[in-house]
Amino acid sequence: MRPVLRAEGLVQRYGGFALEVGRLEVHAGEVLAVLGPSGSGKTTLLRLLAGLLRPETGWVEGGSRAYLPQTPPHLRRSVLENAAFGLLLRGVPKREALRRAAAFLGRVGLEERAHQPAHLLSGGESVRLALARTLLVEPEVLLLDEPTASLDPANAAQVEGLLREAAGEGRGVVLATHDLFQARRLAHRVLFLFLGQVVEEAPAPAFFQTPRDPRSQAFLEGRLLV
Amino acid sequence: MEAVELWEIALRSLWVAGLATLLAALPAVPLGLWLALRGGGGLLGRVLLYAGLGLPSVVVGLFFYLLLSRAGPLGSLGLLYTPYAMVLAEAVLAFPPIAAFVLSGARGRVEEVRLLVLSLGGKEGQVLPTLFWESRRTLAAALAAGFGGAISEVGAATLVGGDIRHHTRVLTTAIVVETRKGEVEAALALGMVLMGLALLVTALLVILERE
Repeated sequence: MRPVLRAEGLVQRYGGFALEVGRLEVHAGEVLAVLGPSGSGKTTLLRLLAGLLRPETGWVEGGSRAYLPQTPPHLRRSVLENAAFGLLLRGVPKREALRRAAAFLGRVGLEERAHQPAHLLSGGESVRLALARTLLVEPEVLLLDEPTASLDPANAAQVEGLLREAAGEGRGVVLATHDLFQARRLAHRVLFLFLGQVVEEAPAPAFFQTPRDPRSQAFLEGRLLV
Repeated sequence: MEAVELWEIALRSLWVAGLATLLAALPAVPLGLWLALRGGGGLLGRVLLYAGLGLPSVVVGLFFYLLLSRAGPLGSLGLLYTPYAMVLAEAVLAFPPIAAFVLSGARGRVEEVRLLVLSLGGKEGQVLPTLFWESRRTLAAALAAGFGGAISEVGAATLVGGDIRHHTRVLTTAIVVETRKGEVEAALALGMVLMGLALLVTALLVILERE
């Protein structure tokens, strides 16, 4: 598979915490799950890969990227205008951006909410809108920070379906999650972080069946405390 | 006072304060947004800006009087005792509330807007225009505050306008004149018109904000 994102020698420090990632590749059509307990550096890693943070050392290179934060912000505009925002940022004419956004809202089940203010959406709808906005810019790499953390099972399943579609379209997907079942369902590969260090990187089936590192094993069994 | 003269004074008040507000908003809005983007402009920046809210209008008037008087550095422009001198002084007074309102409204949205723009692959330069649009509701309040301060101002208008009948007399200076003459009823009527105008302009801004 063709790599769509590569990073090497990333180091980022905050106070006493340091995230260190030696080498990382994300391939087209692949879902890479980033697992680890809270505070292990998942969000920092995603932000470094998205280019939102500049690493102290190391580099990140690759195709176009879009990042979905855990609590996605919205503009004080309608659902439709929010969906079209990424396209407008990329210079797509307004009429065309709105047309494409309106067509896409059907895919996330928000077509009937198109003209309502975005702040009136429920948690699940809000994430679906953010995902629609992110997918509309057709990034080569999607970076998602616990996108289903606050969603009910139906909304979570819908989001997972969209992520599968995105990977099926050849996008690289990096998914930070605490949901091990979700990682099992979606991921091709797993990167396990603990206290800012990559403890294990393995194909998903191997990671879940026979984790090599005792800390990975403890995490999967719910015994790993920070 | 005749109705014709009342309308003349009211219209002059409106255009002087309106032009002053627009003149002040041109630098004040970008400044407020820029300070918001830079984390509020630091303690000193905020203290200076908020201190400007209490800027004594008489002092501003005196400053412009000295600047525009015949012996002053800009005396050759011949602006003293014209409505344009009043516009300049009132613009200085309208500047701090507009910038402060914009800063205060935009500050809370900066991180969200920046994250949204950059996470979608946008550029840092696209954050400011997005923030401007996101702060448009505050903008209406900021303009209303600036206009309210400008139209109700009397000290600077008297000093640089001179309260010349049919030339620089505005509602506030007319109220002072009528009160001094003992024409309390006329002064009250002028006061009602002044409040009505301020209310009308604020209502228009609120309607625009909702649209």
